[in-house]
Amino acid sequence: MNFDAAQPIYRQIIDDFKKKMIRGELKHGDRIPSQREYAEMAQVNPNTVQRAYREMEAMHMVETLRGQGTFVSADQEMLASMKEEMAQSILNYFVAEMDALGYQGSDLIKMLQDYMQAKEAEDQ
Amino acid sequence: MIEFRQVSKYFGTVRALDNFQAQLASGRVIGLFGPNGAGKSTTLKMIAGLNRPSRGEVLVDGLNPWMTRDRVAYLPEVDHLYPWMTVGKAAEFISTFYSDWDQSKYQDLLNYLNLNEDMKIGKISKGQRAKVKLLLTLSRRSPYLLLDEPLSGIDLLTREEIINSVIRDYREGEQTVIISTHEIGEVERLVDEVIFIRNGKTVLSGNAEDLREEKNMSLVEIMKEVMRSAR
Repeated sequence: MNFDAAQPIYRQIIDDFKKKMIRGELKHGDRIPSQREYAEMAQVNPNTVQRAYREMEAMHMVETLRGQGTFVSADQEMLASMKEEMAQSILNYFVAEMDALGYQGSDLIKMLQDYMQAKEAEDQ
Repeated sequence: MIEFRQVSKYFGTVRALDNFQAQLASGRVIGLFGPNGAGKSTTLKMIAGLNRPSRGEVLVDGLNPWMTRDRVAYLPEVDHLYPWMTVGKAAEFISTFYSDWDQSKYQDLLNYLNLNEDMKIGKISKGQRAKVKLLLTLSRRSPYLLLDEPLSGIDLLTREEIINSVIRDYREGEQTVIISTHEIGEVERLVDEVIFIRNGKTVLSGNAEDLREEKNMSLVEIMKEVMRSAR
């Protein structure tokens, strides 16, 4: 996994799991790697992985069963809200960046419409 | 815990540490970062009990470092192994000095690092020699692990092997690892606490993730920033 070294790594680990759950690559009840396995696989400090797992447990994204491992515990409702939350943050980023370039809300809507039309035409 | 209390160290007229103050929490992987000549090696040697402060005090678990040598595994920057020895002989030699030598760990690491006991230390490549040094240091079950520039002058693949070995070996909460390096990019994901040092003084220290969060910068970028402003 490629991390952005300018952002907290534990957050990127959590976001990675969120995306996998939203896309359905990880389903309710699936076992995820142990912290140790994950640390070795991603070549990350085990304390950082522990922090990410703890936070995911606190959010009820996963649960750890003693002696059995860590499993996805997010339900449909939670997945929907995670998805919305992620979409919202992408949107926030997009709008903030465009705003910094001087585009107004109405410009953005127009640009998006044009963009989608062009894309549809291209796909056909 | 390791504590530096207003430690200064002079080598003749050269001041290697200047009122250096630090508390290194146990159970963490700590990066000691700074340019060449900042005082990184001096710091590690003091923890290992290999040199003494000119002023101030260093404490390892509340004790003078020369009393805690058996709790500290130290990987020096220089080549300290006899070139005529084989890997197996060097291991045998070193294992007699330390009661915490772990033969099964040694065997496991020997395989993991693709080394074998018949290799002669004077005949192998620099990268392999770096791996042998690591092997001999990690084969002890020490609560404190000090690595002085373990990656300098080593090729990319060997660096990865070295970093992975440290991650594999790391025992959460029990082991304290201190890595000194001026190549921070290589260890971004490995360290959780950092101390930036320059001219024998701490210029910035803290939790790596918190610093990233606060500054929106990588440790490499933070290093550049603090070294520039410390000038």
